[in-house]
Amino acid sequence: MTIVAGRSQPEAKTAVEQWIRMYRRMVSIRLFEEQVNDLYTRALMPGLAHLYMGEEAVAVGICETLRSDDYITSTHRGHGHCLAKGASPDRMFAELLGKEAGYCRGKGGSMHIADPATGNLGANAIVAGSTGIATGAAFSAQRLGTTRVAVCFFGEGALGQGILYEEMNLAQLWKLPVIYACENNSYSEYTHYSETTAGDILTRATGFGMHAESVDGQDARAVYAVAAQLVDRARRGDGPAFLLCNTYRFRGHHVGDINREYYRSKQEEQQWMGERDPIKILADWLIARGSADRAVLDRIDREVKSEIDAAVQFALAAPYPGPEEVDQDIYA
Amino acid sequence: MPEAIERELTFGEAIREALAEEMRRDSRVFIMGEDVAEAGTPFKVLSGLVEEFGTKRVVDTPISEAGFTGLAVGAAMTGLRPVVDIMFGDFVTLTMDQMVNQAAKVHYMSGGSWKVPLVMRTTLGAARRSAAQHSQSLHVWFSHVPGLKVVLPSTPYDAKGLLKTAIRDENPVVFFEDKMMYKMKGPVPAGEYTIPLGVADVKREGHDITIVATSSMVQVALGAATLLEEIGISAEVIDPRTTWPLDEKALIESANKTSRAIVVDEGYGRYGVTAEIAAVIAEGAFFSLDGPVKRLGAMHVPIPFSPALEDATVPSERSVFELARSLCKRS
Repeated sequence: MTIVAGRSQPEAKTAVEQWIRMYRRMVSIRLFEEQVNDLYTRALMPGLAHLYMGEEAVAVGICETLRSDDYITSTHRGHGHCLAKGASPDRMFAELLGKEAGYCRGKGGSMHIADPATGNLGANAIVAGSTGIATGAAFSAQRLGTTRVAVCFFGEGALGQGILYEEMNLAQLWKLPVIYACENNSYSEYTHYSETTAGDILTRATGFGMHAESVDGQDARAVYAVAAQLVDRARRGDGPAFLLCNTYRFRGHHVGDINREYYRSKQEEQQWMGERDPIKILADWLIARGSADRAVLDRIDREVKSEIDAAVQFALAAPYPGPEEVDQDIYA
Repeated sequence: MPEAIERELTFGEAIREALAEEMRRDSRVFIMGEDVAEAGTPFKVLSGLVEEFGTKRVVDTPISEAGFTGLAVGAAMTGLRPVVDIMFGDFVTLTMDQMVNQAAKVHYMSGGSWKVPLVMRTTLGAARRSAAQHSQSLHVWFSHVPGLKVVLPSTPYDAKGLLKTAIRDENPVVFFEDKMMYKMKGPVPAGEYTIPLGVADVKREGHDITIVATSSMVQVALGAATLLEEIGISAEVIDPRTTWPLDEKALIESANKTSRAIVVDEGYGRYGVTAEIAAVIAEGAFFSLDGPVKRLGAMHVPIPFSPALEDATVPSERSVFELARSLCKRS
């Protein structure tokens, strides 16, 4: 497959430009997360963060099919979703460091990035906690006739939460334009998903009569192709869908989860990182078909690195909120 | 023009009229809940609304309190103004993550960028012989959480004016209705009016003792005040009407004036609304008080089924009267 029919993006762009843009975004997420890890290691970042490395193709593949006014909800492992939907790295870093220039004026931190300008209804630190918000955004889109679509990102850990199924039932009953994007990164915190998940994941959706697909979450082009179909369906009024993206969390549950051998082997990690890196998969494909050469991709890598470095410097230099900020915005 | 004859509505009719007026005024307002449409809820409070507004705006849901409350949070963030109906106050437990971790925190966590203009209507109150899972008064749970507002109307007039304000508020508001009050009649003017949140109302003026009472307990307190009058005690009954925002100033002023205060609320006494209000009065009116601030709440037991037991668990006119009399040192 090369060019996917039925793209949602109204502006015409050539396929190659699109794949390159997706490559750049995936690199941007990867380098962002490396910097986050570095900030944590150097004790420059308060608290913890949950890194998205290894899963970039899911967020980028899906968000590439969305309009800027479409909605997403994200998770505790949300930096990738926010960046893929258009968040700016400098304000992201500022938020992670608790600075006033951050997306939430420093009140949300890593797990709560939200941004109306990019349709980001918020990352959420309650597992499955945003399934209602995403479904409600789809309800508004339908009632107000905006043709917007909502994508609800969640990890496979959320399959254990009852509210997910309440929302899926409502969405299917009312044909709401929402995509439930399940990122199965194989581990719910420190436990393999096979130890927590009975039966077959997709049939949990088809049991509601919901359209369901699964996709190789390391292949950005495959994710894009199936997401584009599901988003178009939803936008046309044909109802919700469930998209199972099989992927892998390259790092620990959070930045401090260093010694992981009690729940997974180094060999398993190395195999995924060596053979199933989504950035390398897209790069190799672009080079193999002659759409880009290594020098072009290297230049992109360098450009992104300098953007990310500048964004970190911006955030480090930015001021903290003043004490008067603490009781602002409790009520609207 | 002759003066308009004062109109009387039941508490339930006042609620329905507030909803209908707000739905006519603002097309973004819609109702969502279990059996809210053709059934009009088991209490028939919503009867007739689906006929006027249709099933797109009076939306029957599955029995999924967490699910439709969560959906309402998202709908509120994205341009609608949901009014969700939680049939019995006991079922709010199923919605707690959506209300406490989502609705209450979205505005603050997002640095003020998203808002949640949502109303949750639900019920409180015992004495319907419905046992422990259909009789609780859990309003204090929401009063504890920054980001939520909590409304407790005690008359048809207050119910209508406060509900209209709640629907126009930009924040999540939890609106508790006493199930036993739906048939109670009271004056409600036909013209447009609203009542601000956070303003207490003196339901009866007096000078010997302040009785702070909420929701179902306002009528109980007024009954007790009548009994007290017969033995020469003048009781002031003051209704905060909202537990958050709380009109601390009015409560303290009343206690300063009378020098004695008791607080009556149908929630559990332990760590309850009575505890908070008593503390506010003790801190704010300490040097005016002739005695300790006393409290009356529901007994610290699951609400029992048998009438012989249930009636003993909630404050009554007699128990309020006795407590007030002892505080005023009259026999």
